[in-house]
Amino acid sequence: MTPKPLDYESLNENVKKVAYAVRGELYFRASELQKEGKKIIFTDVGNPHALGQKPLSFPRQVVALCQAPFLLDDPNVGLLFPADAIARARHYLSMTSGGLGAYSDSRGIPGVRKEVADFIERRDGYPSDPELIFLTDGASKGVMQMLNTIIRDEKDGILVPVPQYPLYSAAISLCGGSLVPYYLEEEANWGLDFYNIHQSVAAAHSKGITVRAMVIINPGNPTGQCLSEANIRELLKFCFQENLVLLADEVYQQNIYQDERPFVSARKILFDMGPPISKEVQLVSFHTVSKGYWGECGQRGGYFEMTNLPSQTVDEIYKVASVSLSPNVPGQIFLGLMVNPPKAGDISYLKLVQESKAVLESLRRRAHIMTDGFNSCRNVVCNFTEGAMYSFPQIRLPLKAIEAARKAGKAPDVFYCLKLLEATGIATVPGSGFGQKEGVFHLRTTILPAEEDMPAIMTSFRKFNDEFMEQYEDYRGYSRM
Amino acid sequence: MRRLAMDRAKRLLFGSFLSSSQSSLTPGPASSCFPFSPFSSEAPMSLYKFPPVTVETINPKVKRCEYAVRGEIVSHAQRLQQELQTKPGSHPFDEILYCNIGNPQALGQQPITFFREVLALCDYPALLDRDETHALFSSDAIARAWEILDLIPDRATGAYSHSQGIKGLREAIAVGIAERDGFPANADDIFLTDGASPAVHMMMQLLIRSEKDGILCPIPQYPLYSASIALHGGCLVPYYLDEGKGWGLEIFELKQQLAVARTQSITVRALVVINPGNPTGQVLSEENQKEIVEFCRKEGLVLLADEVYQENIYADNKKFNSFKKISRSMGYGGDDLPLISFQSVSKGYYGECGKRGGYMEVTGLSSDVKEQIYKVASVNLCSNISGQILSSLVMNPPKVGDESYESYMAEKDEILSSLARRAKALEDAFNSLEGVTCNKAEGAMYLFPRLHLPQKAIKAAEAAKTAPDAYYARRLLDATGIVVVPGSGFGQVPGTWHIRSTILPPEDKIPAIISRLKAFHEAFMDEFRDQGVA
Repeated sequence: MTPKPLDYESLNENVKKVAYAVRGELYFRASELQKEGKKIIFTDVGNPHALGQKPLSFPRQVVALCQAPFLLDDPNVGLLFPADAIARARHYLSMTSGGLGAYSDSRGIPGVRKEVADFIERRDGYPSDPELIFLTDGASKGVMQMLNTIIRDEKDGILVPVPQYPLYSAAISLCGGSLVPYYLEEEANWGLDFYNIHQSVAAAHSKGITVRAMVIINPGNPTGQCLSEANIRELLKFCFQENLVLLADEVYQQNIYQDERPFVSARKILFDMGPPISKEVQLVSFHTVSKGYWGECGQRGGYFEMTNLPSQTVDEIYKVASVSLSPNVPGQIFLGLMVNPPKAGDISYLKLVQESKAVLESLRRRAHIMTDGFNSCRNVVCNFTEGAMYSFPQIRLPLKAIEAARKAGKAPDVFYCLKLLEATGIATVPGSGFGQKEGVFHLRTTILPAEEDMPAIMTSFRKFNDEFMEQYEDYRGYSRM
Repeated sequence: MRRLAMDRAKRLLFGSFLSSSQSSLTPGPASSCFPFSPFSSEAPMSLYKFPPVTVETINPKVKRCEYAVRGEIVSHAQRLQQELQTKPGSHPFDEILYCNIGNPQALGQQPITFFREVLALCDYPALLDRDETHALFSSDAIARAWEILDLIPDRATGAYSHSQGIKGLREAIAVGIAERDGFPANADDIFLTDGASPAVHMMMQLLIRSEKDGILCPIPQYPLYSASIALHGGCLVPYYLDEGKGWGLEIFELKQQLAVARTQSITVRALVVINPGNPTGQVLSEENQKEIVEFCRKEGLVLLADEVYQENIYADNKKFNSFKKISRSMGYGGDDLPLISFQSVSKGYYGECGKRGGYMEVTGLSSDVKEQIYKVASVNLCSNISGQILSSLVMNPPKVGDESYESYMAEKDEILSSLARRAKALEDAFNSLEGVTCNKAEGAMYLFPRLHLPQKAIKAAEAAKTAPDAYYARRLLDATGIVVVPGSGFGQVPGTWHIRSTILPPEDKIPAIISRLKAFHEAFMDEFRDQGVA
């Protein structure tokens, strides 16, 4: 029997190296159990609408009108849509070259990119150039594109925080590069440890790796910490000294649950620092419609903004973008609406503000409920979710549990999470999917389940956890399995 | 443990160094920082500066990749378009006519009403609870929207779906494929993607391990393939379509090119077939398709079947047959032939390019390979939901008896018959030009006329340091505002020159385009005609 033309052995090795735990083993097991009729609470992905969060009305109205422009000609359209949604739909349609169904400029509709630039300027106080803003089918595609541009071969290293959102490790594998980890300090609220960062870079250099870029995720995923201005300054200085491009994943910039450290963009700090750093450090910033209080994951809308990249490089990135023709036009309109929402005085303003506030305030409350809930469990410690959408509690697994996991052929946190899933229906992602210090275990859950369901979920978790701990902490020398 | 303790001690030591310019803002998570690191093996970078990301230091595969469809000629056209706006009358034409890209709705083609009705209702489901909606939307669109929303957990169209796409939509597409082919299709074989292009990229990523892995591609080809192969570091193995035989695909040519590649130690992994062809428009005969299937089986190649133009057939004597249908009808089951079939919502009569909807149907690959495909798809989470819905609509349009059926068929027929008329009109126009021959567009959306350019023109191009077809295309653009893509962007037999034009400009503009084209060409030939020619 001749070997198949494409069998597992003859696959691109880089593909085989990719791991993406967010939709890995736990997700599969949860889907299986769901098919068998078990009620599953999916807290594995930052997917707000899948857990009951409702879409904001205004953007849906605008995009629906853009989908079906014949509605705009109907005299009764005002019965179904507010006037500002109708006006905005006309506005976006006029920006396109043929409505939603035509490929746009490969970088995105110029008018929308201008709206993004204006948003950035309002947010940061520094002008932004629409020509350096590229819209993408979700921020993930933008990250892939940038890493593919930077990474030449396995000797190119990318500094990535650990724990990290595994898009970064997966993309680096796919591009054939090397991941250079820098560990966040759990005891210091997932803080930066520049000693460790320098050490990592040195270790990479000694292996002949050229460190090309540094990723920061602010607010953090899975860790939720919000960087201070001082932190960002240090990072930028570091990048300046080490000649790195800073990749700033800022997709959770609207998700802030404490007041001490509001979101500040890396770009703002960069310009605040003035020359030479402001003119020399290369920065790419990412944003999306999937998070924040919009949560429009399924639209696949996002952008990246390039700062201090030479124009020839920008041209090359544009060239590659053009091979995929253009990002999806409805997603671009969602993005435009997000950065340029109704203003005070507009008909839909109050409703939008109301809907947005409700989501954000609830997320803040849920961040607390979850953190406190985890901290009340035996052998569980959990840093507060300062931002983003996740909780990343540390589970201090007893030795016997670790042994049992080994016997079952599973990583200890995978073992724990599978047992949690089977007992309670709560689907999480084991910390090993994000990276953690050796011998330290976590799981990632989201803070997205509906607020009214939270107490029951935390009770269910605590019951499982405390029983698990009792079972495996048995000191009488025998296991109660 | 000791190592951890030592590390902690070191950190405490160095923690006492604080950056000199650290301001006293509210402290963030604790961090230690010092201006110079004794641990990095190089001196501070401020001593020599080149930014980390320059054209010299980016991925060379990015530099090698080319995509002429939105290349230089288009940039020039955009500049001219701006000049027309700022300085009206500065050029001998009023508008730029983009005939470079298969983007129907940018040139006035209207979307299919039923599809847009369903999409609008899915985007804003609150409409379904309102009485007024019945006055504005057809009842079958409303019913279809309900049906689709019921396939989506919580009716949440804003949520990430399953990474292959919503199961119920894939099932609907599988039903559509089975109805089209007469052979069953499986929802688990379908991967919904943001257009067909990302699916092509995914397959190239899987197949190409090194520059020693080759992919057989037709020449001329749609340059997504050459670009994707370059981006993934592989080797494009060309097989030439025969212009003298209506761009026919000869198996002998395939065999020969395969043999040549193998003598160069290239492992040829797959064969790309574009049917109907782009830029060439030919529709393969059943015989041809059967030969191709046998060839792939014999030589152990994955068949990558780009079938995005399956609804664009203009030749009365030709019919679209999917490669899946052909291979099943030959008796080859799922395990006998690795076949990846690509479809898109961008072409056909629906032309919904901006939606980025499409799929690949993956058959004949083992489950562990499919798991890897799934894994790569999951890193991007999912394709856009609206595009997924549209794919299911395209593969399951209104049927006889549905309220919208007749208006849907009227819209579809009008678009397709208009495309056929425009294909013919432009083909005749090109053939009427001195020194130009143009094969019929049996399908797809393009014409690929051959320019038999006089020596003088070729020399002028050389002097201008451009390829002769690029030179012609540029002169055409500057004189008429018509944007076409030089044939060199698609590949052609060396020494031959072509341009690719779409057949998409609105029908009422076609006569004006033809007369401008003729006028330009006559003037061009007058300028460059070889001496001594009557």
